[in-house]
Amino acid sequence: MAVDVTSVTLQASGSVGRRQAISRASRWVLLGASLIGVAILAYLTYDTIKTGASQLSWDFLTSYPSRFAERAGIRSSILGSAWVLGTTVVLAFPVAIGTAIWIEEFAPRNRVLTVVKLNLANLAGVPSIIYGILGLAIFSRYFGLGPSILTGALTLTLMIIPMTVIASEEAIRQVPQSLRDGSLALGASHWQTVRHHVLPEAMPGIMTGVILAISRAAGETAALIMIGAFTFIAWDNTSVFDDFTTVSIQIYSWTILPKTSGFQANASAAIIVLMGAVLTLNLIAAIIRERFRREQ
Amino acid sequence: MTFTSEHLDEEQHILKPAEPALFRLSNVNFWYGHKQALADVTLELPMNKVTALIGPSGCGKSTMLRCLNRMNDLIPGTRIAGEVEYRGTNIYAPGIDPVEVRRRIGMVFQKPNPFPKSIYDNVAFGARVNGYRGNMDELVEQSLRQAALLDEVQGELKKSGLALSGGQQQRLCIARALAVQPDVILMDEPCSALDPIATLKIEDLIRELVRDFTIIIVTHNMQQAARVSDYTAFMLADESGAGALIEYGHTQEIFTNPKDKRTEDYITGRFG
Repeated sequence: MAVDVTSVTLQASGSVGRRQAISRASRWVLLGASLIGVAILAYLTYDTIKTGASQLSWDFLTSYPSRFAERAGIRSSILGSAWVLGTTVVLAFPVAIGTAIWIEEFAPRNRVLTVVKLNLANLAGVPSIIYGILGLAIFSRYFGLGPSILTGALTLTLMIIPMTVIASEEAIRQVPQSLRDGSLALGASHWQTVRHHVLPEAMPGIMTGVILAISRAAGETAALIMIGAFTFIAWDNTSVFDDFTTVSIQIYSWTILPKTSGFQANASAAIIVLMGAVLTLNLIAAIIRERFRREQ
Repeated sequence: MTFTSEHLDEEQHILKPAEPALFRLSNVNFWYGHKQALADVTLELPMNKVTALIGPSGCGKSTMLRCLNRMNDLIPGTRIAGEVEYRGTNIYAPGIDPVEVRRRIGMVFQKPNPFPKSIYDNVAFGARVNGYRGNMDELVEQSLRQAALLDEVQGELKKSGLALSGGQQQRLCIARALAVQPDVILMDEPCSALDPIATLKIEDLIRELVRDFTIIIVTHNMQQAARVSDYTAFMLADESGAGALIEYGHTQEIFTNPKDKRTEDYITGRFG
């Protein structure tokens, strides 16, 4: 029987053509979906900058709030934010990382551990205003700390610990068992193995989690209003026991004023500052992550 | 070849070597949870010799190796019965600290696992955590020389351990095990992830090291066992999956004149 050597068409046709068309179309659809988020962010950023750029100046950053919109600045709220976030990091970082290490490395694998992990996952989803009510009742009233920076920091610490623990847990779990085996086989103790190998290896992931948690705390408004953070502070903070305000609370208080009072530009300028700070934090997180990764 | 002080258990074909025993296993049974992995293993591993553990996949040879330095303790749910004596002391007796055990018994794993640190820090780590007070530079150099790696990395000790080739990484793992100054090194299929040339280098290294150390090597490569070892233990899983020791003797005897039919079948490639 003669072999059939007629040429075949290799251009897309029929069912192959249809499938390829759907595949190409899906790429565009998904691109469009991604761009929607980017487009909305771009528009909001543009609108904010348009409204607020006029107010943005060195005077704006170094002036206290005022009844007069031209003179009102965010000096006290920047300092307040810095104090609260700084104290929060100092309190939350060791507790969260210690908890994650205990859960992943040392805790016996029993029902108590399951309950702890379940509770942490739940706490990560609790609305922040609940933490505000908790902070008001316990730190402000019961401990008598009032509406101070310390109260705010303790409240935010409670709020960001669950998400930081979960991110750190994940980072520690990613460390391959072969690394631990290698260390233990040399006669290192469990803690030596964690300290010299597991933690350094997990650090990029942990740092990412911490910085994302700080970004979250930087924008927190409801919880801090609950514990009584003032909206009109016209002096510099010098102690953790001071009353305080934050940039986000300042933005809120300016935004709820009637449009005719002319504080819209101030609010927009403050938003630019806050967004800039959060973006910088995230950039630092990314740089730290890359530096650690390159060292390995 | 004299067999005067050796004793061959006719029933089970387990040789008692003439040399003094570094390890003595007596009726060792081991379980992962409910699954039995080792059944009644009894043998002596002699000092300053290379002993190979061979057998098909799942016969328990890696499990047995990891019992020798209590690495199986790290797996939850494991249980051991019987005695594993190291220099006359049962390492599973209550009060014996696994960290102390692992200081004296080094281990090299199947896939090279150097730390993501410099070559120097890789070798120095074990010595540092064990409180070494002497000259670290000398110790690192000596360990790298003993592992036949010094020539290739001389002057580049700050380079990352991960930047080396597979064979070099494995020799780095051997060097860092040597730095702790153990007297026995356990090797779990150390060459299975390496190319043939790197494999031969490590086999040569093993024959060098055995002058100062005892070496127990698990291998699924029978030619390697025949080339490298003085004694060979052949293991096989029984019907329930638990590994048992079938035959143990001088490597030459095992490979030229096996006593058990199952050993002969495995060696001639009829299964496994």
